[in-house]
Amino acid sequence: MNFIEWISRPWPWWIAGPLIGLVVPALLIAGNKSFGVSSSLRHICAACFPSDIPFFKYNWKKEAWNLFFVFGILVGGFIAATWLKNPDPIRINPSLVSELQKDGVKDFSALMPTDLFSWRNLLTMKGIMLTVVGGFLVGFGTRYAGGCTSGHAIMGISNLQWPSVVATCCFMIGGFVMANLILPLILKL
Amino acid sequence: METVTKKVRVVDTNTDFEVRSLDTTSLNESELQHPWWYNLKYLVAGILFGILLVKAEIISWFRIQEMFRLQSFHMYGVIGSAIVVGIISIWIIKKFRIKTIYGEGIVLRSKKFHKGQVYGGTLFGLGWAITGACPGPLFAQIGAGFTVVLITLLSAVGGTWFYGRWREKLPH
Repeated sequence: MNFIEWISRPWPWWIAGPLIGLVVPALLIAGNKSFGVSSSLRHICAACFPSDIPFFKYNWKKEAWNLFFVFGILVGGFIAATWLKNPDPIRINPSLVSELQKDGVKDFSALMPTDLFSWRNLLTMKGIMLTVVGGFLVGFGTRYAGGCTSGHAIMGISNLQWPSVVATCCFMIGGFVMANLILPLILKL
Repeated sequence: METVTKKVRVVDTNTDFEVRSLDTTSLNESELQHPWWYNLKYLVAGILFGILLVKAEIISWFRIQEMFRLQSFHMYGVIGSAIVVGIISIWIIKKFRIKTIYGEGIVLRSKKFHKGQVYGGTLFGLGWAITGACPGPLFAQIGAGFTVVLITLLSAVGGTWFYGRWREKLPH
């Protein structure tokens, strides 16, 4: 089996997790940068729509590294999906499949169900809830919390910050409530 | 040659500790000024991180559902082992006073607790389970060809803007 074939298969958690953990020291040693993705959204606001709001009046160019980093994530996503494509069908827990099928999801062939996330379905009630409302919650919530999975759960807890533990617990609570209680209702829309 | 000293405006209620230039505790810190192409190393780091997010299926909406419905250990393993490696890394950095490649001392800031971590954190959790993405995977999903996620990203920028606009009115 050649190298490309080998890395094209899905990576197990015990490879991926430690590698993500290593992003923390890599960014610190590369230039004193704290791992965190959600602040990029703030820099985009500061660069494009500061609207005289104090929260967005700062020298975002000084934080430009973060924008390079997130653009890199986008490029990395393209590279992985184009040249390192998983040759096998993705594996999903059968009980999740049956739960989602009950709620009307039909497409289990890709990393995202295209019957929920596609331009064609964007302007349905379901599409708006899943993309527009979901995205708004992600952007508003992360900034209100002062960080996301990378900034709080990984960087914050790695630095033994208890407020990050609180934030991470709240991320999980929100996620459990949505996935188990609210999402099934949204999917029935 | 002229040296420009930029005064960082001190915001009392700065609750955003990811943004270094706003951090009130960073007054002693000499943030080196570099030409823009020094940032290319973060582009490379981002590319590797993006590949990782796709290959470990962290961008998968299904993996996130499995996590929140306790149907798979995968995401717990990813986040848990990332934290363990992160803790060990920071411990080593502190213990051996490792410096950056430019010879600066590494500065780690502490985070103060405020109510936003509870309210905002819960709201983010709700959004995470709907979109199947935290902010990093949003970018990777777009790159991986799920272009409709551009709308999710724009909406997330809108959410961030909305927070900035109303933050004085929100409990912290």
